[in-house]
Amino acid sequence: MATQGPIHDPGHVDPMIDPQTGEYAVIAPGHNFTSVTRKIADIVLTANTPWAWTGGLFLAATVALGVVIGVTWLVLKGVGIWGVTIPGAWGFAIINFVWWIGIGHAGTLISAILLLFKQTWRNSINRFAEAMTIFAVCCAGLFPLLHVGRPWLGYWLLPYPNTMNIWPQFRSPLAWDVFAVSTYATISVVFWYIGMIPDFGTLRDRAKLPLAKAFYGFLALGWRGSTRHWIRYESASLLLAGLSTPLVLSVHTTISFDFAVAAMAGWHTTIFPPYFVAGAVYSGFAMVLTLAIPIRKFYHLEDLVTLRHLDNMAKVMLTTGSIVAYGYGMEVFMSWYSASHWEFFMMWNRMFGPMGWAYWILILTNIAIPLTTLWSRKLRVNVGYLFFLSFVVNIGMWFERFVIVVTSLYRDYLPSSWGTYRATKWDYILFLGTWGMFTFLFLLFARFAPMIPMSEIRMMLPQTKVHPPGVLTADKVVEEAL
Amino acid sequence: MPVYEGVYGLIAEFNTPTELVNATKAAHNAGYRRMECYTPYPVEEAAEALHFHKTGVPLMCLLGGIMGLITGYGMEIWVNVWGYPLNIAGRPLFSWPAFVIPGYEWTILFAGLSAAFGMLAQNGLPQLYHPLFNAANFRDGATTDKFFLCLEAHDPKFSVTETRVFLEGFSPVSVVEVDH
Repeated sequence: MATQGPIHDPGHVDPMIDPQTGEYAVIAPGHNFTSVTRKIADIVLTANTPWAWTGGLFLAATVALGVVIGVTWLVLKGVGIWGVTIPGAWGFAIINFVWWIGIGHAGTLISAILLLFKQTWRNSINRFAEAMTIFAVCCAGLFPLLHVGRPWLGYWLLPYPNTMNIWPQFRSPLAWDVFAVSTYATISVVFWYIGMIPDFGTLRDRAKLPLAKAFYGFLALGWRGSTRHWIRYESASLLLAGLSTPLVLSVHTTISFDFAVAAMAGWHTTIFPPYFVAGAVYSGFAMVLTLAIPIRKFYHLEDLVTLRHLDNMAKVMLTTGSIVAYGYGMEVFMSWYSASHWEFFMMWNRMFGPMGWAYWILILTNIAIPLTTLWSRKLRVNVGYLFFLSFVVNIGMWFERFVIVVTSLYRDYLPSSWGTYRATKWDYILFLGTWGMFTFLFLLFARFAPMIPMSEIRMMLPQTKVHPPGVLTADKVVEEAL
Repeated sequence: MPVYEGVYGLIAEFNTPTELVNATKAAHNAGYRRMECYTPYPVEEAAEALHFHKTGVPLMCLLGGIMGLITGYGMEIWVNVWGYPLNIAGRPLFSWPAFVIPGYEWTILFAGLSAAFGMLAQNGLPQLYHPLFNAANFRDGATTDKFFLCLEAHDPKFSVTETRVFLEGFSPVSVVEVDH
């Protein structure tokens, strides 16, 4: 597989392809410490904010008004303005919550799990994938908070001594959720910030404006690159990665327990935790592609976010997409094999009932399109196709949650209590608004924080090699030539 | 607090990590102990040359994790067994399997915060002022592309003139005296 592609064409030699492995390079050849630093830091420190960025920010802010308006009206009128009702009591609130938080999981996978596996290619994309995680968790957290009905009393979810003398009920998966998601948000923010401290130091030292110097100097906490500091820093980073890995798996597992613990046909299955985690990573990598492809083009970062990264991310999507496909298959099989009348009906209703169209959209966008095409290396390195596919998969993953939440609820055990689910315009306004909020936050991040970890990129350059004494003079010539 | 004044140390600037590591090894062999390397990315060989191996971060992380586990699990037991006992479908008040997840999450939360803030505390950060920031070439290169070795003045072997000659022997880009 690795030797396929343009390398076979002798007249067309791509400098980005390593002739020994046939793979695309992780960093374009010819970079040194100064050039990578300048490339990344100048995006932040430039005096000329790109017009497209300003325009994008205004557009995103306009869309994000959906959150402001949607939440204001919700607080004034109550959750009755949403389509949630009996029997479909969960609706968009839970669909969007699971969808957004699933998107966040790819950021943690890239920053933690791939670090433990020593996948150094992740260095170019981990920072903005982590940012994506945090902003996605912000959007996700809104929905359950608003769904409780009186969001200003949301702190009742937390265990704290109060005059009413009541406490949370820890046997409930909904209480587990509070702990899982709040821990996840906290650890993600801390990991992200700790990772940025050395880069804030670089920005502080390269900034020209006094305000920028003070701002980044404050954020850098006085980082000066001391070796003792670096060793402790690396140790803390590895520990945080080691802790985030079980954390990210546990978060989506806990979310799947919200469903799996309930005695509802279509939810009450043991396959939910692994299949939810795989689905989360699948949609998350799709979102990383959605963000990475325009960013590398707009900021000319093709040297640092290369086709190798896109190819590797597409491979991760192929793997996790296959796990998800296995999950769908197993659900269908178990509904037959369980010999349960309710399970059998649920699956029939899911496929051919009044909302069957949602199931077939899901199969088309999550399985039929991606899992047939991603096997081709040509398509995996085709930037336009991957961009298109990232949207397809995110639509598919949203429909997966829609199918799980709605089709189990609206026709449950007792036909007399059957109903339907119709989202209202307020559901759509709030959902669209979170898209604007996510984009708004991400654009601010791209402008004011180092999008790619400079210190980690420096570590991947050939100049970092320390040579034993004796060959110093010969090396100096080579190093200076680089 | 002692009054800090006078010379903080001498910093030698290098262009490559190899030169830095060799100079650090030589300084250690010459008997200097109060010294530090400053690099734009972690250089493990420099830590070896400084004979700096052990960090307290893993221990802090472990202690934080144990504390989180005890706090989380203990809180759940107290709340659901004594503080506010509720009969939920006849399940025992001490439903330990159901308590696993919040206990697990708080283990990770406390361990992660201990690792992160423990690292900062051991590094003495935040510390917005440091004498080295007085050196213009340090500000310019230490976080970008230059490698620095600082021999500090409170080393018994330190002498402004002799140490400068010693450092210049490694043909650095420059040797700069840094004041408090």
